[in-house]
Amino acid sequence: MSFQQVTLDLAAGFLENCRLFFETLLFSIPLGLIICFCSMSKFKPLSFLSKIFVWCIRGTPLMLQLFVVMYVPGLVFGIPMRNRMLAALIAFIINYACYFSEIYRGGIESISKGQYEAGQVLGLTKWQIFTKIVLLQVIKRIVPPMSNEIITLVKDTSLARVIAVAEILLAAERFAGKGLIWPLFYTGAYFLIFCGVLTVLFGWVEKKMNYFKG
Amino acid sequence: MAVLEIRDIKKSFGNTEVLKGISFSVEKGEVVAIIGSSGSGKTTLLRCLNFLERPDNGSFLFNGEEIFAADKKYSDDEIRQKRLHFGLVFQSFNLFPQYNVLKNVMLSPTLLKLGTQQEIEDNAHRLIKRVGLTEKINNYPCELSGGQQQRVAIARALALEPDILCFDEPTSALDPELTGEVLKVIKSLKSGDSTMIVVTHEMDFAKNVADKVIFMADGVIEEMGTPEDVFNNPKSEKTRSFLNKSLEVI
Repeated sequence: MSFQQVTLDLAAGFLENCRLFFETLLFSIPLGLIICFCSMSKFKPLSFLSKIFVWCIRGTPLMLQLFVVMYVPGLVFGIPMRNRMLAALIAFIINYACYFSEIYRGGIESISKGQYEAGQVLGLTKWQIFTKIVLLQVIKRIVPPMSNEIITLVKDTSLARVIAVAEILLAAERFAGKGLIWPLFYTGAYFLIFCGVLTVLFGWVEKKMNYFKG
Repeated sequence: MAVLEIRDIKKSFGNTEVLKGISFSVEKGEVVAIIGSSGSGKTTLLRCLNFLERPDNGSFLFNGEEIFAADKKYSDDEIRQKRLHFGLVFQSFNLFPQYNVLKNVMLSPTLLKLGTQQEIEDNAHRLIKRVGLTEKINNYPCELSGGQQQRVAIARALALEPDILCFDEPTSALDPELTGEVLKVIKSLKSGDSTMIVVTHEMDFAKNVADKVIFMADGVIEEMGTPEDVFNNPKSEKTRSFLNKSLEVI
C-alpha cells in the first residue's frame, strides 16, 4: 500500500469530516442564536425550557447523543435512521448550537446597559439597537470563545466514527485491519493542518476587529 | 409658557422611595442646574424625563401638552417619539466604540431618516466643529480622551435637535484637568436657545451658568431659585450645610 494511496484514502475520509464540520456550523450558528434568545426571553416557561434543554445537551456526552439520534427513532418509533451522516449532523448541530447559545448569551450580557440606553435616548428601536450597536460588539467579544469551540468541533467530527460514518478514523482503521497501523497516526496530520488554518483565520478576524475597543 | 412642566413625580425602587413628589417647570432657553448629594434622586429624575425609568406617579407637560402621565400606558413607539423631545448626555459617555466620531454623531439621524445623507453629514460636521473636534472626526472613541469623548457625546445628542438637553453629571467621570473643556462646550450652548437641565457637582458651573438652581435632598426639592438665591441666601438648613461642605476649601 503506497503512501500516496493511503493519503488519498484518508483524504476521502477527511472530506466527510469537513462536510460534517461545515454543515454543522452552517446550521448550529443560527440555531444557537435562537436558543440564546429563548433562554434570555422574559417569558419564563420558554427560558426555563430552553435552559433545561441546554443543560441536557451540555450535560451528556456527544457520543451518547450520536447513539440516541442514530438508534432511538428506530427502536422507539419504528422509523430506523437510514442515513448515518444525517444522524451525525443532527446530533452535532444540536450539541454545538447549545454551546454556541451560551457563548452568545455571555457576549450579549457583557455589553453595558449604557450602550442600550444611549441607543434608546437617541430614539432607536430595539431592533436597531441590537443590529447597529450591540451586535458587532458582541461578535468582537465572542470571537475567542467561538474559535475555541469551532476548533474543538474539527476534532469532534471524528466521533461520528461510533455510528460508522465513513470519516477519516474509520478509513484509517480499515488499514489497521489489514495490518497497517501508521495511517491511524497519520490522520493527526489532517486535523493539525485544518486546525492550523482555522487558527490563522481566527487570528486574522481578531486582528481585523482590533480597530475598536469595547 | 413653560416649555416643560413636571408635576408631582414619584418613583420607588422596591421599598426605597427615591423621588417623593417632584414638581418644577423649565422656561424655553433656560439652563437649570440640579445639585444635591449622592442618592438624593437627581439622576433618577433625569432618567425619568428621558423615559429610561417610568415614574410611579405624576406627569410631564411639554409646551402645555401632556406627554406623559403615570396612569396611562404607552407603546414602545409612542415612547420613542416622546423621548425625542429630550436628549441625554451620560456620565460615562456611552459612545458606540465601533464607530468613529462622525458615524457616532450621524448614526441616529441616519436611522431615523431625518434628512438626506448629505444634510445629515453636513450637520454632523457642523456639530463636531462646534465641540471643537474637527481634527478627530475619523478617530474611534478609544483614541480619544474622556473629555473629547464627552464632547462627541454632546454633539451626538445635539444631532437630534432635542428641545431639552439633559446632562447627567457630565464631568464626574473625568480627570479634573478635562472637566473645563466639557463645561466650556456646555456653556457655549447657552448662547444658542437650547434649553438644558444639568445634574452636576460643579458648583461654580451651577453658580455661573445656570439660570435656575434646584437643590435636591432625599427625593424632594429642598430649595429652588436663581443661583444668587440658592448660593448666597439659602433658606433651608440642608442647603446651607450641603453648600458649606461642597464649597469648603481644604
